[in-house]
Amino acid sequence: MGDLHKSTLTQLATALRARKVSSVELVSELLGRIERTESGPGALNAFISVTRAQALEAARVADHALGRGSGGALAGVPIAHKDIFCTAGVRTTCGSRMLDNFVAPYDATVVAKLKAAGAVMLGKTNMDEFAMGSSNETSYYGAVRNPWNRQLVPGGSSGGSAAAVAARLVPGATATDTGGSIRQPAALCGITGMKPTYGRVSRYGMIAFASSLDQGGVLAASAADAALMLREMAGFDANDSTSVEREVPDYIAALEEPLAGLKIGLLKEFFDKGLNAENERCVRESLRVYEGLGAKLSEVSLPHLPLSVPVYYVVAPAECSSNLARYDGVRFGHRCENPRDLNDLYRRTRGEGFGAEVKRRIMTGTYVLSAGYYDAYYLKAQRVRSLINADFVRAFQSVDVLMGPTTPTPAFALGAKTSDPITMYLNDIYTIGANLAGLPAISVPCGLVQGLPVGLQIVGPHFSEARVLNAAHAFQRATDWHTQLPKGYA
Amino acid sequence: MSGWETVIGLEIHAQLATKSKIFSGSATAYGAPPNTQANLVDLGYPGVLPVLNAQAVRMAVKLGLAINARIAAHSVFARKNYFYPDLPKGYQISQYELPIVADGSIEIVLEDGSAKRIGVTRAHLEEDAGKSLHEGIAGMTGIDLNRAGTPLVEIVSEPQLRSAKEAVAYMKKVHTLVRYLEICDGNMQEGSFRCDANVSVRPAGAAQFGTRAEIKNLNSFRFVERAINYEVARQTELLESGRAVVQETRLYDPDKGETRSMRSKEEANDYRYFPDPDLLPVQLDTAFIEAVRATLPELPDQKAARFGSQYGLSAYDAGVLTASRELASYYEEVARAAPQDAKLAANWVMGELAAALNKQGLEVSSGKLPPGRLAGLLTRISDRTVSGKIAKEVFEVMWSTGAAADAVIESQGLRQITDSSAIERAIDEVMARNPSQLAEYRAGKDKLFGFFIGQVMKATGGKANPAQLNELLRKKLTG
Repeated sequence: MGDLHKSTLTQLATALRARKVSSVELVSELLGRIERTESGPGALNAFISVTRAQALEAARVADHALGRGSGGALAGVPIAHKDIFCTAGVRTTCGSRMLDNFVAPYDATVVAKLKAAGAVMLGKTNMDEFAMGSSNETSYYGAVRNPWNRQLVPGGSSGGSAAAVAARLVPGATATDTGGSIRQPAALCGITGMKPTYGRVSRYGMIAFASSLDQGGVLAASAADAALMLREMAGFDANDSTSVEREVPDYIAALEEPLAGLKIGLLKEFFDKGLNAENERCVRESLRVYEGLGAKLSEVSLPHLPLSVPVYYVVAPAECSSNLARYDGVRFGHRCENPRDLNDLYRRTRGEGFGAEVKRRIMTGTYVLSAGYYDAYYLKAQRVRSLINADFVRAFQSVDVLMGPTTPTPAFALGAKTSDPITMYLNDIYTIGANLAGLPAISVPCGLVQGLPVGLQIVGPHFSEARVLNAAHAFQRATDWHTQLPKGYA
Repeated sequence: MSGWETVIGLEIHAQLATKSKIFSGSATAYGAPPNTQANLVDLGYPGVLPVLNAQAVRMAVKLGLAINARIAAHSVFARKNYFYPDLPKGYQISQYELPIVADGSIEIVLEDGSAKRIGVTRAHLEEDAGKSLHEGIAGMTGIDLNRAGTPLVEIVSEPQLRSAKEAVAYMKKVHTLVRYLEICDGNMQEGSFRCDANVSVRPAGAAQFGTRAEIKNLNSFRFVERAINYEVARQTELLESGRAVVQETRLYDPDKGETRSMRSKEEANDYRYFPDPDLLPVQLDTAFIEAVRATLPELPDQKAARFGSQYGLSAYDAGVLTASRELASYYEEVARAAPQDAKLAANWVMGELAAALNKQGLEVSSGKLPPGRLAGLLTRISDRTVSGKIAKEVFEVMWSTGAAADAVIESQGLRQITDSSAIERAIDEVMARNPSQLAEYRAGKDKLFGFFIGQVMKATGGKANPAQLNELLRKKLTG
């Protein structure tokens, strides 16, 4: 097989099983590609750690299993993990100086499940610090660059995973999505990004940002690839009380279901004045593709959806202010030099260990939970969150899936929004709703605007991953946006 | 101190007797080397999540049912946020707005024998923190997280206690109850059962409560009584001299016998409570609650009432004997094996046995003197083989040697003399040996009757049946 890096994850899994390529050969090839790309002037800074030795060892083990005709569904398939997932014996930084020295003593459930399926980890990908950011510029390890244009951001917070897959440094990577951190970088990097239903994938070992919103998922080249990875990652985990005890359907088997009669709701609120005209054109053209496949379109209004951003920026910081209290320099992670006393230890450890965006959110969250403000902010936000959820429930009584843009614009320039957090936050305006309601959602490439990818977002009812993946796959059968590669990474 | 009324509410923390912690699989056993019973969840490592221990829920429900409280169909764990080195996550998982148990009550008996019902506002589940170690590490503080995540139930009373004695009676009652229910070992030295006392003073008859002070972490009944009494005196003195009581948290120093300020209301933490998004609300259905109800043992009040009617015991005796499940069952076994006199059994269990146990610091469950053995002795008292006085000697020997009552009576020749001819013989000998005393008695010196009793008892080694001796001696002396 030539041009191994261009093969999809699904093709690689099949080729490995057929022994057309060995995992060691494939892994070596991709490790070489990562090293060449990331050391040269075109470096994307997509990886925080590359785990060469462990990867080659895991590849040998996978080859051995494949040789015996055994091994899981992803035996020998190289992947990368967002550095938010704990990996036993491997540094897990969460993009923060606070965890620069942190070697996780255990595997996250997602990591363990993918390992059990035979996947080979090549490294840990860069990300916004503690997943707080929409451009990957808040990482302690520096910004990630967009393979489509190195002056632009890849999106965030899973920017490293998205850039790595877009540049075909790995065929697939894990990611997490709290307010759009899978779908937004997928859209900006021209790849497929799937956020499952809240509770579908275990959060155990996934370093918490906002517990009621965080959900692990996949970045890959196609919906079929995402389905293959997700099938191995999903499922109930006794270690995560919020994971749901419900059978995982065969997402692969469901991919080829016909779309005829599929009722698609157009999210009226997403086609607002903030939406770039060119992006809108791409999305509307995609919807015509669906009509061509026999789907029925109607406009659906979710009146409370425009409140998503303010609700999110109360709930997420509130939870993060509490979740990040454990980083105190006492047991693990960064600890300041020679603390004078307890308060000095706390103040300097956290002052030095956290970056500006993390501090901003901790302060916001502390404020909205404070005595006298709790009702006005946190409680009110939770009430509005219920209204948004109810809007979605109502919408799904008349349509099967909702569609709209993933982001208002294509990728923006590095540094363009760092000085204005509100503008940055508004980048997630279309993605946050699915997190607040805990719904499965995917972003698929649906066009190019001035040579930059644009994403179409598909949102389904709770636990309708099979349907969402099916709809995305049908689109990708009918179009070739997802096969286009950024120049220089072909 | 007249003219002032004391108002007390207690928050009792009882450590639940689960094998593992409330949100992790670590063991809860006491006394292990530091940090050997703390796993990644207890250490608050990045990425870990809590999983609720169902046994802790069952135990809290058991308590709720025992105090006739409302069991919440829907209760919620919240995070109480504050920074402290022994609090690994930077927050304690507790229940705040929606506790699992609410609106119960517990009856206590006051000194005058009357009963008083104390309302239990709520009882909620929470995790304990770890411990800071200040000894043996120069210039540093050590942290032991073995206790972090240990399940607690916090039992909050209404402010209906009106004296230190009432507070202690209430705390003892709760202590008895949790041990009956087998949800807490009640070990106060190890911190398994402790309380915070909210104390205030107000002019008698006032409608409003006075400003309160909270005394933290009282881990003995004696400390509770002393700390409250000290605090009441301190507050009364302040008020009488026209000064104000400051709302604050205070610590009791048992060495000095005083409370002192720990932090004022202004310095108090804003805990920023909010529902813990890592845990689902606890949903309990009727079937679950009824299944727990079926495991309830006979409760102390029920048992005491039964002891009264079944064994004819006074309310006081029944109360003492039912103070612990072990003591009650010991008593019942004795009373069953020596059914002739249940009151006698009660006296011996509360008297000689309790004293002997106490002297050696033993529990009734220690097995030192099985109930059957004590019953054997009581049978010999009832059938007049030994007198009550001799029985105490027999008991001493039984206690130290472990021998059965009959064996001791035989080997030491302590069998009571009930043969009247033998007693008469002894009387005759004593009268013959003491002619002058006999003459004085017969001349009207009645007081000498005691002298003759003593002499005969001495001659018979104390074994003469006292009633018989009395009767025969009187007859003989009179001549």
